[in-house]
Amino acid sequence: MFSYILKRIAIAIPTLLVLIVISFVLMHAAPGGPFTAERELPPEVMANLNAKYGLDDPLWKQIGTYVWNIVSAFDFGPSFVYKDRTVNEIIAQGFPITLTYGLISFVLAVLVGVTLGVAAAIRHNSMLDYIAVGMSIGAQVLPNFVMAPILVLVFTLWLGWLPGGGWQGPEYWILPVIALSTSFMASIARITRSSMLEVLTSNHIRTARAKGLPERRVILRHALKPAMLPVISYLGPAFVAMITGSVVVDIYFSTGGIGKAFVDSALNRDYAVMMGVTILVGALTIFFNLVVDILYGWIDPKIRY
Amino acid sequence: MVSTRENTVSAQALPAKGRSPWADARRRFFRNKAAMMGLVILVFVALFAIFGGYAAQWSNEELDYNVMGQVAELGGPSFETGHYFGTDDLGRDLFARTVQGTQISLAVGVVGAIIACVVGTLYGATAGYAGGRIDGLMMRLVDIFMAVPYMFVLILLLVMYGRSITILFVGIGLISWMEMARIVRGQTLSLKGREFVEAARATGVAAPVIILRHIVPNLMGVIAVYVTLLVPLMILTESFISFLGLGIQEPLTSLGALISEGAGTIAYGTTWQLGFPLLFFCLTLFGFFFVGDGLRDALDPKDR
Repeated sequence: MFSYILKRIAIAIPTLLVLIVISFVLMHAAPGGPFTAERELPPEVMANLNAKYGLDDPLWKQIGTYVWNIVSAFDFGPSFVYKDRTVNEIIAQGFPITLTYGLISFVLAVLVGVTLGVAAAIRHNSMLDYIAVGMSIGAQVLPNFVMAPILVLVFTLWLGWLPGGGWQGPEYWILPVIALSTSFMASIARITRSSMLEVLTSNHIRTARAKGLPERRVILRHALKPAMLPVISYLGPAFVAMITGSVVVDIYFSTGGIGKAFVDSALNRDYAVMMGVTILVGALTIFFNLVVDILYGWIDPKIRY
Repeated sequence: MVSTRENTVSAQALPAKGRSPWADARRRFFRNKAAMMGLVILVFVALFAIFGGYAAQWSNEELDYNVMGQVAELGGPSFETGHYFGTDDLGRDLFARTVQGTQISLAVGVVGAIIACVVGTLYGATAGYAGGRIDGLMMRLVDIFMAVPYMFVLILLLVMYGRSITILFVGIGLISWMEMARIVRGQTLSLKGREFVEAARATGVAAPVIILRHIVPNLMGVIAVYVTLLVPLMILTESFISFLGLGIQEPLTSLGALISEGAGTIAYGTTWQLGFPLLFFCLTLFGFFFVGDGLRDALDPKDR
């Protein structure tokens, strides 16, 4: 198990480095330097800026400096547009907000999705099953950027129950969490249902039932664990998609999360912030995939270490 | 059950007439009710995109000065003004805009899926056919690419190289070929040990020719399924980026951009600006998902 984890970490680190290098090279190859896009600056100012940000150095040295700053001090450097702010400050401001509703959404999607999927599988071909299947088809065509305006329309404008934007207390969390988690909930429910249906026909379940175990114990102790494997391998992609989706939530609900900073920097051509956010998200993704891999190895006895 | 009886009957009554696997798949597909419904929806959406422009009484760029400034009161859907779907916030005809948006969304979806499919198939077939260390290296690279938060990288690309529609089309395709490559590689591994490949190799056919002439044609079923399932994902990606205002730029539009505009103005009571683009967006996705699922049931050997 230990060497398995080490092997996974050995893959994760080069992945992160590749991501950093790719995004740096992309930025460097962009037509026009970061400072030529907005307006003409006096050559002296350009030279100052270049010297300050190390843009005069050869490419390999810039990459080296950039990577070293991130690895050694977690320092993403100064913003290219705001003169008095660093990328770290911008990230630190938005990240906790995104993390809060992101985590709530993720946990909710997994809990409700798995429960719904298991219930649908146990009562196969019942009304509940059809509702679960119908919901998961519906949620496929209702991604977060469709859910968000519909939710605001119904719950804020028509019913007036919930605030449609801002970030001042738990009642502001509800709509973002629903908008973000619904499609994942549906996907998890669908995956759980089909995998549970498959597991329930397997031999060890028949044995457990033949032993006379109560149904609850059969499901919870014997069926749930193997049925979770496809769900766990879905969690990695789901996590990426959720982080991506949080950009929409941040924009539409004005939650002030990190997605807002990302889109603003995209509109301002503030490459430093964009790269910082991209690398942070990449690092989170890689870390999360690592956790999923380890979890998978722990649950699936067939996996070779 | 039914097909077995048919087979025996026809075998007794008629000289045996072979059914190709494709004809078999077609029959299975046309029996699938959900898939047929999806097909009908898709045909409807396609007809709307192609011929909708002729039905519109306004062009997509014209401003209707009668409703300008009073869009919430006068710009609603009506036959009298000729704005079947109402107007957008500037007084442009939403029907014509939705037609244009559907065209572009469909185009992005199809072009992106084709690019992803060509890259993924060639990459996966090469890796699978080469095998050994090359295969290991190529698939490890795919693993690494899969862990990249591609949406952020695509936005990075769009911002750096200008938000042109070409980059959007190509970029969307280029970030989504990895899944395809994995599937094709797996199928290639099982194909390359077969006799016809061995025969081709024994007669001295070069590896690229074997891949293109012998392996890829045998994967057509799988490829068709995943292309159909990729199209809605491409449309989703494009709409996502356009919703953020980073994708398609005015005067062009896409369903995502229209949803974004509509979502921005719902507070003023112009619900139709959200509703109509949303309807066509959902219909398109529904259609592709159902047809894709139907094709998978009909063609994918795994699920039978």
